[in-house]
Amino acid sequence: MSLVFYISSFVAILATIMVITRHDPIHALLYLVASFLAIAVTFLSLGAPFAAALEVIVYAGAIIVLFIFVVMMLNLGKETANQEKGWLRLRVWLGPSILVLVLLAEMIVVLLQPQPTAMPAAVVTPREVSLSLYGEYIIAVELVGFLLMTGIVGAAHIGKHKKKNLHRYLQTYPNLN
Amino acid sequence: MTVMQHIWIVLGVLFVFLNIAAGLIWVERRLLAMWQDRLGPNRAGPLGLFIVLADTLKLFFKEDWIPPFADKWVFILAPAIVVASVLMGLAIVPFAPGIVVADLNVGLMFFLAMSSLGVYSIVLGGWASNNKYSLLGALRGASQMIAYEVFMGLSLMGVVMLSKSFNLTDIVAAQENMWFIVTQPVGFVIFFIAGLAETHRLPFDIPEAESELIAGFHSEYSGMKFGMFFIGEYLGISLISAMTVTLFFGGWLGPAFLPPVVWFFLKTFVFIGIFILMRASLPRPRYDQLIGYGWKLLLPLVLLNLLVTGAIALWLRS
Amino acid sequence: MISHLRTMWLVFIHLFKKKVTIEYPEKRVELPPRWRGRIVLTKDPDGGERCVGCYLCAAACPVDCIALQATETEEGRRYPEFFRINFSRCIFCGYCEEACPTYAIQLIPDFEMAEYKRQDLVYEKEDLLINSQGKYPGYNFYNVAGLDAGVKEKGKGKDEEKPVDVKSLLP
Ligand code: SF4
Ligand code: SF4
Repeated sequence: MSLVFYISSFVAILATIMVITRHDPIHALLYLVASFLAIAVTFLSLGAPFAAALEVIVYAGAIIVLFIFVVMMLNLGKETANQEKGWLRLRVWLGPSILVLVLLAEMIVVLLQPQPTAMPAAVVTPREVSLSLYGEYIIAVELVGFLLMTGIVGAAHIGKHKKKNLHRYLQTYPNLN
Repeated sequence: MTVMQHIWIVLGVLFVFLNIAAGLIWVERRLLAMWQDRLGPNRAGPLGLFIVLADTLKLFFKEDWIPPFADKWVFILAPAIVVASVLMGLAIVPFAPGIVVADLNVGLMFFLAMSSLGVYSIVLGGWASNNKYSLLGALRGASQMIAYEVFMGLSLMGVVMLSKSFNLTDIVAAQENMWFIVTQPVGFVIFFIAGLAETHRLPFDIPEAESELIAGFHSEYSGMKFGMFFIGEYLGISLISAMTVTLFFGGWLGPAFLPPVVWFFLKTFVFIGIFILMRASLPRPRYDQLIGYGWKLLLPLVLLNLLVTGAIALWLRS
Repeated sequence: MISHLRTMWLVFIHLFKKKVTIEYPEKRVELPPRWRGRIVLTKDPDGGERCVGCYLCAAACPVDCIALQATETEEGRRYPEFFRINFSRCIFCGYCEEACPTYAIQLIPDFEMAEYKRQDLVYEKEDLLINSQGKYPGYNFYNVAGLDAGVKEKGKGKDEEKPVDVKSLLP
C-alpha cells in the first residue's frame, strides 16, 4: 500500500504544479481534478475509503465542475491573459513567495525529524466517520451547517427577482393588477 | 479468490457490458419502432441483429474529424471520460454471489463518485468544441447533472439506513426477506428519475436536445469519438438499470429455478426496457422546468423520505 | 405523474398492435390507379402513336425535363421524332399529363426506377412508348379531330359537320 501512497502523492504534487503553471484556466482546472483524484487515492491507501469517495464526489464531481462552469461562461481571451501578465511583477509576488518559502523550510525540517510511528493501516469505516462527526465534532458540523445556510440564503436573495411580464395595458395602469 | 479468477471476472464484465451496450443499439431501435407501430431494422442478418455490426463499422470508417478551432487534447479526452467513468462504476455491481469486480465496503459511494465524474465528459466536450451550441449543451448538462447528483445520493441513503451498509453485496443480502422497493418506494422513484437525468436520456436529454441545440455537446464529434459518447450513453443506461435492480429489486435474488446471474440480468433488462419506453412516450421538459422540478420538488421529497426512514428505523430498533 | 404513467402504458400497449410497415420487396404496396409514377407514352386502339408532338407537355413541365422534336408522316400525321424525359429532374407533378390534348403522355403507378448511373435515368422514346392505351382505352384523337390522318375521313366523325366547300356559294 505504501507504494500506492507514494505514487499517488507524487502524481498529486505534479498535478498541482501543473495547475499553477498552466495559462489556460480550463487546463489548470483539469489538472486540479487530476490532483484531487490523486489525493483521493492517497486517502484510500491510508485506509480512509469514505473520505476518498467524498473527495471525489464533492470536490472533483461538484465543486470543480462549478468552477469550470463559471470559467466557460467568462469567455476569457487574449486580452485578459495580457492583463494578468501585467500583474505578475516582482513587487507583487515577492512577499507571498517569501512566506511560502518559510513554510516549505518548516515542512522540510518536520519531515526530516525521525518518525516514530508507521503509516496507519487500519481502515476507517463510514460508521466511525459518522459517529465521530455526530459525536465529538458535532459543534463543528453545526457551525459548518450555519455557514452553508448563510450561503444558500444569500444566493437565494441574489437570485430572486420578481417576474414582470405583464401586458403593456397592465403596465400602464398598474393598480388594475 | 485467486488472481486468475479475478481477471476472468473483470474480462467477463467488460465483455458482457460492452456487448450489451452495442446490442442496445438494436434493442432500442426495434423497441422504439414497435412502440410506434413500425418494425424497425430487420434486414441485416437474422431479425436485423447485424445492424449493430453495420453501425459500428460505419462509425469506425467515418472521418474522425477534430475541428481546427477546438482545444485538441480536451476534445479527445472528453469522450474517453464518459466510457471510463461508467465502466469504473460497473466494477462494484454484484451480479451474483461472488461475481463482483471489487467488493468495496464503500461501494455505493464509489458508484456515486464515478457517476459524478461522468459530467466532465459533457462539460469538457462542449467547451472544447468551441461552438456555441455545444457550449450551451455543456452548461445545461453541468447544471442538470450536478443538481440531480444530489438527489441521487440522498435517495440512496434510505437504503443505506435500512441495510446498515454501503457495501452492495450486503445491501442485496439485506433484501432477502423484502425488496427495498416495498420499504423505499419514494427513494426508488427519485433514484430512477435522477438516473435518467444523470445519463441524460430522453426525456431529460436537454444537454443534447436535437430540436434546439443540434445535438448539443457532441455536435462537433464524429466517427468513433461520437461512438464513444453513444456507447457511453448505453453503458450508462445499463449501469443505472443494474444499480436500480441491485438497490431496490433484490439484485440476484429470485426463485431458485433460475441461477442468480440470470435473475439479475432479467431484471436489468426490464429496466433498460423502461428507459427506452420513457424515451418513446414522454416529451422533453423545458430546461427551467427540469431544474425547478429537481430543486423544488425532488429535494424536499427526498429529505422527507430520509427523515421518515430514519425515524422508523430508530423506532423499530427501540 | 399519473398522466405520465398513463402515457407510458398507452405507448407500451402499442407493442401488440398491428404494425403498419409493409415489408417492401416481398410484399407489394397497393398503389391507387391514379398514382403519379413513371411516365409512359401510350398508343391508339389501332396501334398508332398517340403523341402528336404539340410540345404542350414540354411547355407545361415546371422543371423542363421533357425534350422532343415533332415531325410528320406523308399522310400528315404528326409524331415525335425523338422524345426524351430526364427522370432525374422530373418531379412527378403530372402537369404534362394534364396538358396533353391526346392522352398520350400518362403517369402510371410504378416507382421502381432506381439506377446506379444518373445517365440511365434519361428515358428515350423507345423506353417511354408502351404498347397499350393506358388509362383511356378506346380513345383516339383522330376520331374527334378534324384532320384526316388515315383514321377517318374529314367530316365522318361523330357529331362532326361536313366540311364547308369554300369554293361554293351555296349556304
Ligand atoms: S410529371 Fe411534371 S416534372 Fe415530370 S415530366 Fe411531367 S410535367 Fe415534367
Ligand atoms: S405527349 Fe401530348 S402534350 Fe406532349 S407533345 Fe405529345 S401530344 Fe403534345
